[in-house]
Amino acid sequence: MNIIVCVKRVPKTAEADLFIEKDGKDIKKDHLVFALNDWDSYAVREAVLIKERYGGEVMAITVGPEDSKEVLTRCLAMGADRALRIEEPPCFDALLIAKILARVIQGQPFDLILTGVQTEDDGWGQVGVSLAQLLGIPHASIVNRIEIENGKARVKRELEGGLEELLEVRLPALFTIQTGINEPKYVSLAAILEAEEKEMKEVGLEELGWTSMESLYATLDQVSFPPAGKMAEILKGSPEEIVNQLTEIIKKKKG
Amino acid sequence: MTEIFVLVEHRQGKIREVTYELLGWGERWIGQQEGRLTALLLGYGVKELAEELSMRAPRVLVVEDERLKDFNSIYYQRVLSSLLSRYQPLLLLMGHTAYGMELAPSLSVELDLPLATDCIDLSFEGRQLKALRSIYGGKINAHVTLKESKTYMITLRPGIFPPKMPEEKKGTIVIEPSPIQETTERKRFLEYIEAPLTGEDISQAEILVSVGQGIGGPEHLPMFEELAKSLGGMISCSRPVVDRNWLPKERQVGISGKTVKPKIYIAVGISGAFQHVTAIKGSDTIIAINKDPRAPIFGVADYGIVDDFQNVIPLLKEKVKGMK
Repeated sequence: MNIIVCVKRVPKTAEADLFIEKDGKDIKKDHLVFALNDWDSYAVREAVLIKERYGGEVMAITVGPEDSKEVLTRCLAMGADRALRIEEPPCFDALLIAKILARVIQGQPFDLILTGVQTEDDGWGQVGVSLAQLLGIPHASIVNRIEIENGKARVKRELEGGLEELLEVRLPALFTIQTGINEPKYVSLAAILEAEEKEMKEVGLEELGWTSMESLYATLDQVSFPPAGKMAEILKGSPEEIVNQLTEIIKKKKG
Repeated sequence: MTEIFVLVEHRQGKIREVTYELLGWGERWIGQQEGRLTALLLGYGVKELAEELSMRAPRVLVVEDERLKDFNSIYYQRVLSSLLSRYQPLLLLMGHTAYGMELAPSLSVELDLPLATDCIDLSFEGRQLKALRSIYGGKINAHVTLKESKTYMITLRPGIFPPKMPEEKKGTIVIEPSPIQETTERKRFLEYIEAPLTGEDISQAEILVSVGQGIGGPEHLPMFEELAKSLGGMISCSRPVVDRNWLPKERQVGISGKTVKPKIYIAVGISGAFQHVTAIKGSDTIIAINKDPRAPIFGVADYGIVDDFQNVIPLLKEKVKGMK
């Protein structure tokens, strides 16, 4: 079972203050911590679990800047066997990333491709399913369980309201992985040191025969802060004072 | 004439609410222009659903085929590809849901049409489509222009637009032949799986103490359990807490979990992703406790406390002991 996992390095913004660059095209990223996209982390772990069960090899691929090598090292430490970084084009949208990945993957033997459902940054949720269509293979999205038997996968998709559906998909196939599909495993220092020894290749866009950029389907004009809408009444004072106010509110609203 | 197509979502014999939100958006956008709004209903044995839809859509286009009984994106893509090529509407609207996320990207690649996913607003400048998207967990808006095209594809975020209400005047129902020829084994729908309910049902709670990954770890859960008990309520949580196995799935509030409407919803360490916020909108009073003053949860809460929960919850727990 040869598995390819597509990953991305993203800034962690959940608890960070965000600022917008002067040109209004992006947020400032100098002060942010970057890491492997959360969904991709589950995808890599799932690929390694499948490899452990059925044998084969796991290859992690990213399209991204030089710094992306750090998340590839993380994938290798998590149990991937090889990694490949593809140079990032100057401008891109989700479809262009899918096309670049398709170009590279077409020359690789694979049975299964895993991606995260979406990324934490711009969250198009589009690359994985587009890639499947470009490669002409079936797909399932928002997958939270995979079992493989006789060249077919039985996968569970997460729907709304606690409902799930069971599908049977013929391999080779692509699945986009939902968080919670597996239990993340602690990555030891030894594993990180071992990862340094594993194969990490880099390839430029020109080497792929990508000379001129095609026009994008989606162009980012600018980013902005969402307009301040209704805002909560913020309780102020010492913790004791705050808790007193809070208790009164709870008493009143409890009825 | 401007034509907007809306893909109808239905599951287990019921039309999903997002369908009416899409129709609501479509109707408002067409407004006074010369245009037509069409609901696309793909399914099998869906006569009643078509009738129901005709109360809310001026035109319902129905394609029936045994293979469309349950949602399988391969067959849906086959039908939509044929309908879009034939009618060339200005816009195909879908929900950013388990339907739209499975179907929209592959259809857009097949037909070479521009697609913007998870949009929270749309506008046209001439024939050029501009989309507004909410990114970085709701902290930033992105303004996007799509490449000029005869037809655009959009998935809209559910829970944003008011749904279209039923009208007296019924729309027309048009039956289209199914373009599906071959049966595929590449992807097969097998069955639905309902989540088993083992404990208490949080959707019935009058008070919910709800925790997110901001509480740091499962070691703090007993404190929240105790608080919930003192208040006569239950403990619930956001998705990351379930992903980390701190609490079981049945405790999850959100689009993929439960929709709740308690008298009081206390959100602790929950940032307020839209998947969560959509599912708590029916609460009478929302109280949010979060360290980050910019957390989107404060945009939906009635009362907010910007502080570490460890400074507040232990005190509150003592204060409300025996309150219920």
